[in-house]
Amino acid sequence: MTLLDAVIFLPLLGFFALLIAPASVSRLGALAISLLVFVASLGLIGKVTGAADGYTFVNSTPWITYPPIRYHVGLDGLSLWLLILTTLLTPIAVLVSWKHIDHRVKAFYAFLILLEFGLIGVFVSLDLFLFYVFWEVSLVPMYFLIGIWGHDRRIYATVKFFLYTFAGSVLMLGAIIYLYNLAGTFDYTGILEQLRSGRIMLSDRAEMVMFLAFFLAFAIKVPLFPLHTWLPDAHVEAPTAGSIMLASVMLKMGTYGLVRFCLPLFPQAAHTSAPWIAALAIVGIIYGALVAMVQPNMKKLVAYSSVSHLGFVVLGVFSFTQAGLDGAVYQMLNHGISTGALFLLVGYLYERRHSLEISAYGGVATPAPNLSAVFLITTLASIGLPALNNFVGEYLVLQGASQAHFSWVVFAAVGVILSACYMLWLYQRAFFGRASESLSHHMPDLSGREWAAVLPLLILMFWMGVYSQSFMPAISAQNAQILGQTNRTAVASRHPVVKEVANAR
Amino acid sequence: MPANAFPTSVEYFRALPEIVLTLAGVLIMFLEAVLRDDQKKIFGFLTIVGLGAALGAAISAGGDPGGAFHNMLVVDGFATFFRVLVIGVGLLAVFASIEYLERERANTGEYYALILFSIVGQSIMVTANELIMVFIGLEISSIASYVLAGYLRDDARNNESALKYFLLGSFATAFLLYGVAWIYGLTGSTNLFQIRQSLASPGAPPVVLTGMAAALMLVGFGFKVSAAPFQVWAPDVYQGAPAPVSGFLSVGPKAAAFGILVRVFMTAFGPIAARWEPIVWVVALATMIVGNFAALQQSNIKRMLAYSSIAHAGYVLVAVAANSEVGSAAVMFYLAAYALTNFGAFAVVTHIARKGEKRVGIDDFAGLAQRQPAMAAMLTIFLLSLIGVPLTGGFFGKFYIFKAALDSNLVWLTVLGLLNSAVAAYYYLRILVVMYMREPAKLGEASTEALAEASVPAGAALQFAVYASAVGTLLLGIFPGWVLDAANRAALK
Repeated sequence: MTLLDAVIFLPLLGFFALLIAPASVSRLGALAISLLVFVASLGLIGKVTGAADGYTFVNSTPWITYPPIRYHVGLDGLSLWLLILTTLLTPIAVLVSWKHIDHRVKAFYAFLILLEFGLIGVFVSLDLFLFYVFWEVSLVPMYFLIGIWGHDRRIYATVKFFLYTFAGSVLMLGAIIYLYNLAGTFDYTGILEQLRSGRIMLSDRAEMVMFLAFFLAFAIKVPLFPLHTWLPDAHVEAPTAGSIMLASVMLKMGTYGLVRFCLPLFPQAAHTSAPWIAALAIVGIIYGALVAMVQPNMKKLVAYSSVSHLGFVVLGVFSFTQAGLDGAVYQMLNHGISTGALFLLVGYLYERRHSLEISAYGGVATPAPNLSAVFLITTLASIGLPALNNFVGEYLVLQGASQAHFSWVVFAAVGVILSACYMLWLYQRAFFGRASESLSHHMPDLSGREWAAVLPLLILMFWMGVYSQSFMPAISAQNAQILGQTNRTAVASRHPVVKEVANAR
Repeated sequence: MPANAFPTSVEYFRALPEIVLTLAGVLIMFLEAVLRDDQKKIFGFLTIVGLGAALGAAISAGGDPGGAFHNMLVVDGFATFFRVLVIGVGLLAVFASIEYLERERANTGEYYALILFSIVGQSIMVTANELIMVFIGLEISSIASYVLAGYLRDDARNNESALKYFLLGSFATAFLLYGVAWIYGLTGSTNLFQIRQSLASPGAPPVVLTGMAAALMLVGFGFKVSAAPFQVWAPDVYQGAPAPVSGFLSVGPKAAAFGILVRVFMTAFGPIAARWEPIVWVVALATMIVGNFAALQQSNIKRMLAYSSIAHAGYVLVAVAANSEVGSAAVMFYLAAYALTNFGAFAVVTHIARKGEKRVGIDDFAGLAQRQPAMAAMLTIFLLSLIGVPLTGGFFGKFYIFKAALDSNLVWLTVLGLLNSAVAAYYYLRILVVMYMREPAKLGEASTEALAEASVPAGAALQFAVYASAVGTLLLGIFPGWVLDAANRAALK
């Protein structure tokens, strides 16, 4: 029993406690549980950053004897910050729902805490079966969060969300079983060891099929163009808390999976298909930005901007360079912070005016200067202004991509410019100009609770932008290891000719 | 040999579950004639006692494996697993039926006796070691099932259901019997092991003829497990029959039929496996596709669950097609998980349908989460298990089936099966959507009486059946080891 186990299972216990407790204490209970988990998760940092290139807080306990499935969890530099992101955003999601959610309160907070359980589990599982379990478990509460507390077209959106993700993940299950049949274990480190030492060999074709099965599941979740169509629907219809958790954490399940599993397990296939995937990522960056530009609906705009930003992450991952991978992982966190904050602020606006249409706003800066200032900072962070968090990630991704292939950067950089266009234009239309009479009356400035929810994100935007050194060493150390595994195995491939072609592209 | 002509006591002991069940059934039929109407409440209790005793007998008989009655029956781990399964399903069915029968004013002894006899038949089927016993068991089980399907004799839907079931069922049984006759003609035996030896020997009959016999038997079993293209009866029968009976039919007889299908094909027809494996492959795929795609269109929940149970037969057939020890264990585990899940779903339907089964449209579940949160939560567990979401028995069962399939290199069948289960998620989600995300619009317009009726809580026995199924479903998902170990030990080689 380690601290990590406590962090994993506290939300599950909290879920049951919330189910039993009367609805009147659900809000407070959820806040208390999520804050407790957050504080506990902070205790994990020191030990993990001390030994970031290996797993710490490892617990490997048999769960099912045959087939040998273990409760095998551990933390490294890659998963640590994603876990903290999850535990940080859950109390924030509780806070933003404080007044907004007024019916079936108990179920709402119970599902939110159950979601935290699933998400934490995904980032710490070192057993493929366990990973799949958490992967699917996180799907169910989100399905209900969107479907019950969402907006008008919530049912269409939530069913689409569930089916897309489920369809992708069943094929991953097939690949997991196939790997198990070869290796005789679900243990991720065990399978990796066997692959590296050559005890199990995948033919080129088998490796490519396995890679694609995993990749499809992750690409849907990211979402990579052209598999992104569920995302705008889900975001627009989800309640604010759902949007925050979806954008900030759930999308990272996909990119995390790419880094953690796709690269080290199937290095050769990853290298072979990298040009195609990078092309899709670049198309996603530009397409997402262009579509975001013409959206009349704020949430949809932010959703498409996510497609664009996540394209950078995928591009960084498949550059196979230290800088690119560091930037990609850092960008996962940045996107979680800045897009989470954007959805949160859009939620604030919606609570005041009950509309997501940009045209319903205009001149918000006059009645609500604080809200506008916070929105501006978040906008600038999202654009990638230096001294704010996104700049660091985007810069590293572009640098890494340029090492791999310079023309990638030329196209991807267009996305950076476009992001300034759509975000600033949004800001101009919604916050500047003359405020109408009705808007001024319904636009109080930030309340204390609202400040409390957004302030941690603001601080992190500056902190991560100015002093990335607090976070980066742990990420880099783990990335160097993943990269070492990926590149070494790929270079020592059985078909060097294919490799050269792939690298030359 | 006169010494062997009479069964020894250990042989009776091995057949004790069937004996206990038959005695209980006969006793209830006798009491039905002599008891006054107000005393007939004890039938449910008597049946539960009888089933409980049979369960104990099945478990203790499993501790002393061996043949009985000139090897007509064989008690091995495989048989014991299925015996416990079908008797357990019977227990759940009785708990779920008591309230229903009182509601429909049909609480008579025949119902319980028929349930007991149906289980006797299923129990004989799974213990049978030769084809005549298979046929006898199948017939005992089927005839009782036909009557159960039409139990509410004043209800037109019940009548239609029973008649269709009877006509098509008899037709299919005739195919089976014809296949048995062919095999006897070709090999001179009805014993499964002797058939196997005969088929494996150098002087084996031409494979065209044995294959034909196997095909005829596959038709008979295919009907009983509702495999495509012999599935057309299932939606009509499950929709028309009383809800608890539909639940019973969709799991008990199906599990027994799968048990004997696996035993006959893996044991007797093992030597010609290369011939029947591709056919089962095709049948499995067709069954999954037919079941899932037809279920997408349904608006009646019983009919939807019927198509879903066809699809689940398809998943089990994937494991049959694997034709391996793991495959046989996967069949066993899946059927156990599926039995709890599917019966639980039907038990909830039994409760929601109310008197005369008027509320069986999917729309009637609108707003259930607010009216009856506990029932809605239980149905959610069952539906998630049917979808195959982790931490439920349905997920682990599916995982194990596809593991067996990949072990046997059935890659394409695995991929298509997995994609099928993604399609299936859509129609199960529809019910979740209706329960949790729609307001009960229809009830809002209806009278307050209807509203009050829709909010009546379930009786204690029915609640027990639902909760027991739900707990079992979750246990099989979180700690599958208990049942999986038993299945692995008992799996046919």
